[in-house]
Amino acid sequence: MTDMTNKLTAKNVDVFYGEKQALKSVSIDIQDKNVTAFIGPSGCGKSTFLRCFNRMNDVIPSARVSGEIILDGVDINSDDIDPVLLRAQVGMVFQKPNPFPKSIYDNVSYGPRIHGLAAHKDDLDAIVEDSLKKAGLWAEVADRLQDQATGLSGGQQQRLCIARAIAVNPSVLLMDEPCSALDPIATAVIEDLIEGLKSRYSIIIVTHSMQQAARVSEKTAYFHLGKLVEFGDTKQIFTNPAHEQTEAYISGKIG
Amino acid sequence: MTNFAELSTEDRLKHLQGTLAKRHAKEKRLKTYGIIAITFAITFLVVLLTTVVSNGYTALQQTEMRLALDIPVEELVDENGTIDLKKSADFNWSGMLKKSLRKNFPEVKGMMDRRNLSDLLSANAGYELRQDLEKMGRIDRPSGYFWVKTSDDVDMLMKGRMSRDIPEDQRRLSNVQIGWVDQLVDQGAIRKVFNKSFFTKADSREPESAGILGAVVGSALALIVTVVFALPLAVMAAIYLEYFAKPGRVTDLIEVNINNLAAVPSIVFGLLGLAVFLGFFGMPRSAPLVGGMVLALMTLPTIIIATRASIRAVPSSIRDAALGIGASPMQAALDHVLPLAAPGILTGTIIGLAQALGETAPLIMIGMVAFIVDVPDGLTSPATALPVQIFIWSDSAERAFYERSSLAIVCLLLFLIVMNLTAVILRKKLERKW
Ligand SMILES: Nc1ncnc2c1ncn2[C@@H]1O[C@H](COP(=O)(O)OP(=O)(O)O)[C@@H](O)[C@H]1O
Ligand SMILES: [Mg+2]
Repeated sequence: MTDMTNKLTAKNVDVFYGEKQALKSVSIDIQDKNVTAFIGPSGCGKSTFLRCFNRMNDVIPSARVSGEIILDGVDINSDDIDPVLLRAQVGMVFQKPNPFPKSIYDNVSYGPRIHGLAAHKDDLDAIVEDSLKKAGLWAEVADRLQDQATGLSGGQQQRLCIARAIAVNPSVLLMDEPCSALDPIATAVIEDLIEGLKSRYSIIIVTHSMQQAARVSEKTAYFHLGKLVEFGDTKQIFTNPAHEQTEAYISGKIG
Repeated sequence: MTNFAELSTEDRLKHLQGTLAKRHAKEKRLKTYGIIAITFAITFLVVLLTTVVSNGYTALQQTEMRLALDIPVEELVDENGTIDLKKSADFNWSGMLKKSLRKNFPEVKGMMDRRNLSDLLSANAGYELRQDLEKMGRIDRPSGYFWVKTSDDVDMLMKGRMSRDIPEDQRRLSNVQIGWVDQLVDQGAIRKVFNKSFFTKADSREPESAGILGAVVGSALALIVTVVFALPLAVMAAIYLEYFAKPGRVTDLIEVNINNLAAVPSIVFGLLGLAVFLGFFGMPRSAPLVGGMVLALMTLPTIIIATRASIRAVPSSIRDAALGIGASPMQAALDHVLPLAAPGILTGTIIGLAQALGETAPLIMIGMVAFIVDVPDGLTSPATALPVQIFIWSDSAERAFYERSSLAIVCLLLFLIVMNLTAVILRKKLERKW
C-alpha cells in the first residue's frame, strides 16, 4: 500500500508500562537497506520504540504495545506471528555488549543452530566464519574461536554480538546505543562496520551521539517525551530542522 | 535549648566530645552483647560436640575373648574340603564356644553358674564365627586360639562404662562374673579391637553386632530418590515461576505457599506420605523409595527458593541476548540461564539434602523405623535411615547402645559437615563474577 522500498512501517504505536505511557501514537516508515537513526533526550522512548520492532517488549511483563507494525507487509503485532520467528528476521544488538559466557564459536553458532540453519558442522563453520568476517572480527579471532567470549575487549565483544545477530541472516538489524560502552576507537570501528552492513540490512540505530547519527545514518528521527517530533533526511534534520525542539536538542539546549 | 550556632568553637568541640563519649559507650555495650551471644553459642556447640564424642568414641572398639577351639572339620565339610552349608547350619557353633569357655573355668558347676559364664560371650559369637568361616569356604586352621566377641556387658565393663562400685543387684554383671572376666584378663584372653562390624553391619538386637551400614545405605537410597524427584521438579517450578507465570493472584498465592511450605513441620510431610503414598497408592512400607519421596516433598521448597534466587542473579542481558536472536523462552532458560545458575542451584540442593538427611519424623511416619537386620538392597526393600537408627538405639535399654548411638551421631554430623563443605567449595569454585 505504501512505497515498495519501505521495509518497516509503524502506525499509531502506543506503548504503556503499567499505567505510564512511554510512546504516544508514533508512526514512521523505515526504508530498506538504509540506516535510520533514533535520537532524543534520554528517557524519551527510543529504546522502547526499537524493541517494538522485534517484540522484545513482550519480555517485560508490564509493557503493553498497541498499534500496527508492518514488516514486509505483515503486521508483526498480530497474534499469529511467533516472536521467535520474527526475531530470526529482525536481529538486535544491545547497549551493553552481552556475549554468552561461552566460546566465541558457540556465541555465533547458537542462532543458526536453534533455527536449524546448518545441516552439517561444515555449514555451521562456514556461517560462523562468514558472520565474523561481516562483523570485521574474523582476523582477530580466527585462531581462537574456542576461547571464552568474555575474554575479548569491549569493542570486540560488541562486534561479536553483531556477528551473532547476523549469523541468523536477518533482514533488519536493530542497534540500541551499540557504542555507548565503547571507547572512541572501538566506536569508529563499529561505525565503519555499519557503513559496510547497510547494503545488506535495514539498520535502525539508537544513539545519543548526534555526530554518530550524522555520520552513519541516511534518515533521522527525533523523539521527545514519547512522541516522534521530526523525521526526515539526516542532512536536513541537522542543517535545517523543521521543529524548534529538534533544533534546541541538536544545538545542545536539551540534553 | 542550646543554640549550637552561637557556641564558640571551643564549646562546640566540648559538646561534641560529650556526645561522642555516649556514642562510644553505646557501641561498646552492643559489642559486648554480641561477644556474649557468640560465646554462648560456641560454648553450647563445644559442649554438645564433646559430649557426643566422649560418649561415642569408645564404640570404635569392641572387646573380644580368646577361646581355644578344636573345630570338628569332618562334621562340616564335603568331600572337596569346602564347607557344606547344610551341615554348617546344623552344627551347634554356639555350643562349641561355650564348651571351650567352660574349659577355662573347670570349677564352674551347676546350671545357673554355667549359664552365667556363657553370658560373657556374645549371643551372636557362634553365628558370626560360622559366617566368617562360610565366607572363606574352607577351614584352614581348625584348632588353635580364636578371638570372638564378648557380650556387651563385658564390653562395657572393659571400657570402664560399667562401674564395679555400684551394688551388685543394680549391675548387669554379678561379682562372680566380674571375677571371671578379671581371670580372663589375667590370662591375656581379653582384648579390644577396632569395631569393624559397626561400619559393616546393619542393626541387631545385640549391641556388639549392631552397625550403621544398613541405616547409611537406607539414607543414601532415600536421598538419591529425593534428588531424582526434587531437583527436576524444583528447577522446572522455579523457571516457570520466574519466566512464565503471569503475574497475578494465582502466582502470588503459589509464591506465598511455597514459602510457607518451607516452614511446615516435617512430620506433616510424613503424614502426607502415609496418607497418599502408602494409603492411596499402596506403596510398600519402610521403603527408601517412599522415604525419599516424602523427603523430596520436604526439600522441594528449599530448592525452588534457591533456584529462583540463582536465576535472578543471572543478568537479564544474557536472557535478552538469547531471546534477541530468536531463542524460545524455554531455550533461553535452559541453554543460557540455567547453566549460569547451576552453582547456586547445586548449593541449594545440597543444603536441602543435608536437611533431609537429618530428618527423622517423616520417616517414622512411613515406617522406616522398623528393626531391620539386613543392609537394604533396593529402593523397595525395608530400610531405616541414619537419624532413625540413632533414635532407635537411644531408646534401647542397653548401655552399649547408648555408646553406639553417640558414635552414629558423630557419623551423621560428619556426613552433614562433608555435605555442607561440598556446598561451600562448589560455590567458591563455580561462582562467577559479573
Ligand atoms: N521496563 C520498564 N518498566 C517501566 N518503565 C520503563 C521500562 N523501560 C523504560 N521505561 C520508561 O519508559 C520511558 C522510555 O524509556 P526508554 O525507551 O528506555 O528511553 P530511551 O531509550 O529513549 O532513553 C522512560 O520514562 C522509562 O522510565
Ligand atoms: Mg535507551
